[in-house]
Amino acid sequence: MATPYQERKIADPTINVGDEPYFEAAAQGKLLFKQCEDCGKPHHYPRGFCPFCFSDKVSWREAKGTGKVHTYSVTRRAGPIPYCIAYVELDEGVILMTNIVDCDLDAVRIGQKVKVAFKQSAGGVAVPMFTPA
Amino acid sequence: MSINGKAYIAGAFEHPTRKATDKSIAQLHAECAQGALADAGLTRNDIDGYFCAGAPGLGGLNMANHLGLRLRHIDSTDTGGSSYLIHVSHAAQAIAAGKCNVALITLAGRPRSEKVPHGTQVRSRGADVPDEPFEIPYAPVTINLYAMVAMRHMHEYGTTSEQLAWVKVAASHHAQHNPNAMLRDVVTVKDVVESPMISDPLHRLDCCVVSDGGGALIVTRPEIARSLKRPLVKIRGAGEAIKHQMGGTQYDICVSGGAWSGPRAFEEAGVKPADIKYASIYDSFTITVVVQLEDLGFCKKGEGGRFVADGNLISGSGKLPFNTDGGGLCNNHPDNRGGMTKVIEAVRQLRGEAHAAVQVKNCDLALAHGTGARLGHRHASATLIMERE
Repeated sequence: MATPYQERKIADPTINVGDEPYFEAAAQGKLLFKQCEDCGKPHHYPRGFCPFCFSDKVSWREAKGTGKVHTYSVTRRAGPIPYCIAYVELDEGVILMTNIVDCDLDAVRIGQKVKVAFKQSAGGVAVPMFTPA
Repeated sequence: MSINGKAYIAGAFEHPTRKATDKSIAQLHAECAQGALADAGLTRNDIDGYFCAGAPGLGGLNMANHLGLRLRHIDSTDTGGSSYLIHVSHAAQAIAAGKCNVALITLAGRPRSEKVPHGTQVRSRGADVPDEPFEIPYAPVTINLYAMVAMRHMHEYGTTSEQLAWVKVAASHHAQHNPNAMLRDVVTVKDVVESPMISDPLHRLDCCVVSDGGGALIVTRPEIARSLKRPLVKIRGAGEAIKHQMGGTQYDICVSGGAWSGPRAFEEAGVKPADIKYASIYDSFTITVVVQLEDLGFCKKGEGGRFVADGNLISGSGKLPFNTDGGGLCNNHPDNRGGMTKVIEAVRQLRGEAHAAVQVKNCDLALAHGTGARLGHRHASATLIMERE
């Protein structure tokens, strides 16, 4: 059995002050994350301080855009269209919530290599999703 | 300061309704308060502390006004479904500190009448919540956040759908004896794994019910509890913890906040998991029970699937009788917040007032544990250990 990916209406992110660079970069096809200049640790979702050492010396970095599926679930009965929610672990070490798109959703597996693919929200904001690499 | 022995649960009431089309949420709070006071043998004017979460309006303020309470202590700590376990602990702390004598805790809700698909609908907490822009576009709903935990648990530990199903089977064995339970039919492992897949790997029968209703508790100081005509249920220990996504790194999705709240409660109570005769374990989904049992130390991490299998949670035959009212999976999940009913059934067991078919013999030490918000996400865990004196 296969569950082909279908486009669904994506809710707009309610962007807060400080989040703009992330979504502006996404519109350019780039995936950003924040990294601490004091302790060196990356984090997600992006904050104006490091959640590990509480330093405020954090800066945006561009991710390679590749990673692997940490866990996932094909949600079959929460709306008209099945979709695959997932946590993807980027090669840089951060885990982010996302959707797996543009593939047979039944073939998604934990540990599978994926790469970023941007989708437009209902209001036209680019949001990073992932597809098999 | 420890709360061990400083306060008692003197009143407990579970509203019998499961569909309250003809009652407001505020009215349900009032009926629950009346029920718990009658159970304790106290009156409204004895209450001087109030603990309330998730009620309409500004925390407990609007409900205190509605109920006509004259208070010297109020606490609106809201950690979702685990709030009520935390309220018992905070009430004991307030009593021990002399801030109140008789604490009322109420919960009520009517999600069934309001026909809101809470488990499968994206629930925004509103603009300014810092995590939402990075999550809401991906349509996280209650069930798929728990489903991702189940998927990872299966991957790491070999847990199976059949093992998860045993949690529901045990709950259904208990619910058949509860005339108020929403689902009273005994189900089999096959029934569960053949029910429709909602979000891989969780089926419809892996999910709790959506119900209206509510409950209330009265917590009081030892000398007042001893003056009443009810069995004495002493609070021995409590723990609470917030589990979050650790900045998106070092994130073990299969571990709940119970890994911290549990040991804190056991340490305060001075007991071990093996001493517990009955456990109320929040069962929003079958996987919730498996993860929490591991984190509380009833079995090793990863062995929860094997622990719950083959009826091990069924009262009378299993090693750890759980949720003898049928739990959230079969009985009741008022306001989508299961912590209150978890305490109530533990109190029934300690008093010897559970249904005869599920009453645990010599039940002198019980645990209640809950998770608020979502496993696999950010959540608040709370553990409570109680003893019959």
